[in-house]
Amino acid sequence: MSETAFQIFVNTLLANNFVLAMFLGLCPFLGVSGKLDTAFPMGIATTFVMLVASLCAYGLNLLLTAFNLEFLRLISYIVIIASAVQLVEMVLKKYSPGLFRALGIYLPLITTNCAVLGVALFQTAREYDFVQSVVFAVGGGAGFTLALVLMASVRERLQLSNVPDVAQGTALSLMLAGILSLSFMGFAGLGG
Amino acid sequence: MNVTTTRGWDEFMEGVWRQNPVFVMALGMCPMLAVTVSGVNALSMGVATIFVLVCSCALVSLMRGITPKEVRIAVYIVIIATFVTVVDYAIQAISLALYDALGAFIQLIVVNCIILGRAEAHASKNPPLPAMINAAGMGIGFTIGLLALGTVREILGAGTLFGVSLFGAGFQPWVIMLLPPGGFFVLGAWLLLFSWWARRNAGKPVKEAAENV
Repeated sequence: MSETAFQIFVNTLLANNFVLAMFLGLCPFLGVSGKLDTAFPMGIATTFVMLVASLCAYGLNLLLTAFNLEFLRLISYIVIIASAVQLVEMVLKKYSPGLFRALGIYLPLITTNCAVLGVALFQTAREYDFVQSVVFAVGGGAGFTLALVLMASVRERLQLSNVPDVAQGTALSLMLAGILSLSFMGFAGLGG
Repeated sequence: MNVTTTRGWDEFMEGVWRQNPVFVMALGMCPMLAVTVSGVNALSMGVATIFVLVCSCALVSLMRGITPKEVRIAVYIVIIATFVTVVDYAIQAISLALYDALGAFIQLIVVNCIILGRAEAHASKNPPLPAMINAAGMGIGFTIGLLALGTVREILGAGTLFGVSLFGAGFQPWVIMLLPPGGFFVLGAWLLLFSWWARRNAGKPVKEAAENV
């Protein structure tokens, strides 16, 4: 692997955006992107979980490889992610109860956010070293936050406009996501 | 006997049609959009998901008496992850080309919300047989969704269906349909169609009543 840290960051942030180009983490993307003030914290929380999960997964992978236990990789990754989410939940509950309530069911659902497990699986598959893994996780999280914030801003505007009844809801969100994804294709090849 | 078969059929059709995970509940979007660039990929993803869904629902249902309430989600996740590992290695052994095409999305079946949702909402409260029937229904409903997306994208994007060329050499492929935006657009269009259909059916009596007044 000869990718530099900067290349990985730009790639995961824009050209291979987790949500818009790789279809990871669509459930919270469609679920929480209704309002801007919940979208941003959700992005930050997910980024944090990603970082913790990526660090743990890196260490764990070394351990599993050393003992030839690769078949346990998936199970142990998911347990690590669940614990990281629990940690974030406790921190938020203590320091920001309002935000904790606003995020509601979507907070525990970070566990089943495929973007988080995706970070852990992709960094293993691409054999990233320690620095690369960390940059990959942060870039992925930042890309997720960016997509979420963009989407939330557009949807807030849309509430004021006249949309045919039939298109309300998920269908409209998907069309929007398609247009966003189309514009993100313009970044292709940016990271080299 | 007749009553039980009807109930079983109801249980089964709930997932296939009334509560279709893709079109009605909008669950499991990630694998949905990512792997549906061709009919074959869509079908194999569907089969893999059905296997994991049915097996884990059966096991969750069998263990429903001895699972402590506080750690139930963790138990479900570990059960699901176990079956996904099985599927992962099985596909790797059967067809390496397919394994490469589906990539990390086989392992990502673990975090498919449909499976965890079924385990929590249905299998944890019902005996194994109804749980398995319900799971199979849901899985088939999901596969129908996958196929609806995969075939449309393959026909428009490559001019083929399950690898068979449809339009001959003169066809100019609509490549955007195979790229990420195409997935969003096709799924959006399907949802639009379904909501129009639901609205048309639901709107009928109201409209007649209004005309009578």
